[in-house]
Amino acid sequence: MHGSRIAIWFFVGVLLAVYGGMIMGYGVYEWVSGSYPPGVQLTNLHTPVWWGGLLEVLGIFYLMKFRPGKAEK
Amino acid sequence: MFLSITASAFSTLPGSLALAAEPLARLRGLDIAVIAIYFAMVLWIGFYLKGRSNTGEEFFLAGREMTAWIAGLSFVSANLGSLELMGWAGSAYQYGILATHWYWVGAIPAMLFLGLVMMPFYYVCKTHSVPGYLDLRYGGKARTVAALSFATEMILMSGVNMFAMAVVMKVVLGWNITFSIFVSSIAVAIYVGLGGLRSAIFNEVLQFVLIWGGALLVPILGLVQAGGWHGMVEKILFNMHGNDSYLHLWRDTGSFSANPMGVQWTGILFGLGFVISFGYWTTDFLVVQRVLAAHNLRAARMAPIIGSFFKMAVPFIVILPGLLGLALRTPAVAGGIPHLVGEDVVAAHAGMGLHSYNEILPLMMVRYLGPGLLGLGITALIAGFMSGMAGNVSAFSTVWTYDIYRPLINKKGSDSHYVLVGRLSIFIGVLISIGAAYLVMRAHGIMDYVQALFSIFIAPLLAVILFGMFWKRATGLAGFLGLLTGIIFSAGLFMWVKLNPAELARVALSPDAKPMAENVFRALWAFLFSAIVVMVVSLLSRPRPVEELGGLVYGATKLPEEEWVPFYKREWFWACVVVAIFAALNILFW
Repeated sequence: MHGSRIAIWFFVGVLLAVYGGMIMGYGVYEWVSGSYPPGVQLTNLHTPVWWGGLLEVLGIFYLMKFRPGKAEK
Repeated sequence: MFLSITASAFSTLPGSLALAAEPLARLRGLDIAVIAIYFAMVLWIGFYLKGRSNTGEEFFLAGREMTAWIAGLSFVSANLGSLELMGWAGSAYQYGILATHWYWVGAIPAMLFLGLVMMPFYYVCKTHSVPGYLDLRYGGKARTVAALSFATEMILMSGVNMFAMAVVMKVVLGWNITFSIFVSSIAVAIYVGLGGLRSAIFNEVLQFVLIWGGALLVPILGLVQAGGWHGMVEKILFNMHGNDSYLHLWRDTGSFSANPMGVQWTGILFGLGFVISFGYWTTDFLVVQRVLAAHNLRAARMAPIIGSFFKMAVPFIVILPGLLGLALRTPAVAGGIPHLVGEDVVAAHAGMGLHSYNEILPLMMVRYLGPGLLGLGITALIAGFMSGMAGNVSAFSTVWTYDIYRPLINKKGSDSHYVLVGRLSIFIGVLISIGAAYLVMRAHGIMDYVQALFSIFIAPLLAVILFGMFWKRATGLAGFLGLLTGIIFSAGLFMWVKLNPAELARVALSPDAKPMAENVFRALWAFLFSAIVVMVVSLLSRPRPVEELGGLVYGATKLPEEEWVPFYKREWFWACVVVAIFAALNILFW
């Protein structure tokens, strides 16, 4: 397990990619189905889609750049 | 931590918040999944790093192999607790942009001073802690006073923060207090206990990213709804009946009565900007420990400078939501944020659905964040709490093991023995913190005293360390007496005002001074008192030979040569950039 050290940025990438996928996926569902949570404002901006997408892109970038075996700490 | 000496209004949070009837938000399955994944991730990091924390150097100082970026982010993250986020957002709602002083003048100069001037001494003398530096410079007595004060304060503060956070979770989400306390503290104990400081630092970097990812949307969406910066300003002026003091950093600090915070510029500049800020950012081991883990001297000097960039940006996710709360409340916005009141008013009108200033951040989150994003926002708050607690227990573990256990209890242990003691002290420290949390729950009045411990201790410590680092004549006896009598003096001032609130006018030199001014002036007087004691006693006692002060004192230390790097990789260049941005921001929001 410790033969190839995992950089902290790889952990960051994993978390952002997972969160990005979950949030963007829900945002797309919300947009397509038109069912928005009551009480939440500015739903017309479809925030989960673009914010989730941004997290996903950042996550994948860090995953690729700092994947074990490619980068040191 | 820093919160405890500044946002005193927040100290009453648990008692009154607990009176709220309905939770502010209800999490859905997606939100719960986001939070659960976060906990799985921090535990994964702890287990992964367990194999890299076998020696004392690895466990207590993360092997001294952190890059400047990681040490710098960790340095800022350890300070960015969730109570700090919520407390200062509430202060911004209450006092306007004046609250930003605690992020700019109250942090940036001190962070630069640490990186450029003080770090070489901490780093070159190879100390493992701030009390360890006192030991090398002044001797065992000063170290013991500092270590005992620091360890006690760390662990009690951890308990207070734990309880306050659990109450926040109860108010915001309706979670059971015991559930919140045990789940979060056990997670912290596992990942710090297994991976030591390296695990704490890794998680702090992760938490820093999460805090921004979870909290940044609130000001962005708030500004969209307010009609941009100018729209926000117009709405604040409308809601505050044209009073623009909420929008100026310095203009109205000429007198205590001219600004909503009830502070005056000398207190902000000297009390906050010098004593409190320098005391916290340059001598509090909770943050200094992160920088000591850097892999070389240049990285150790760069880390606080990198951190200062992020520190300057934090008001965007903390102060701006508070200002937006002022702008987006009724009547300027129909259906806007409800009018928020003080904790005492909420407590006096329990069950009437009132909300306090300190709830502005979760109220804004609930307003804009739907499923998934709300979970991310709540995770940011939890992450902030856990990073603060991890900082407390990792610093406690080091000070307990190296500055109390080793010199006073067992001097002849092996390295592996001290690592074992450090690991055990983390679990025991967390247990004591949990006990402190329940103690505060049963007797809320204790909270004020526990939070005051930090402010009582930090000003005398700063005086003693500065004289030790920059005056060769300062003696061991002077360091010990300066620290001890300074703490007693500071505690006396605190109790004087606590028992006779009217005496605040004497401490802060004005009948118009408000409680926020007390902390800064008490710190200033305590610093001056300790400084005088150190000077007088030093002149009356025999100094150490200069040859013994190498690596400890300015003028007696030859700093190691560092390899040549281009200007854009030098700490002085980036410090100049920080100074330019810092000056521009203060002028812009003058």
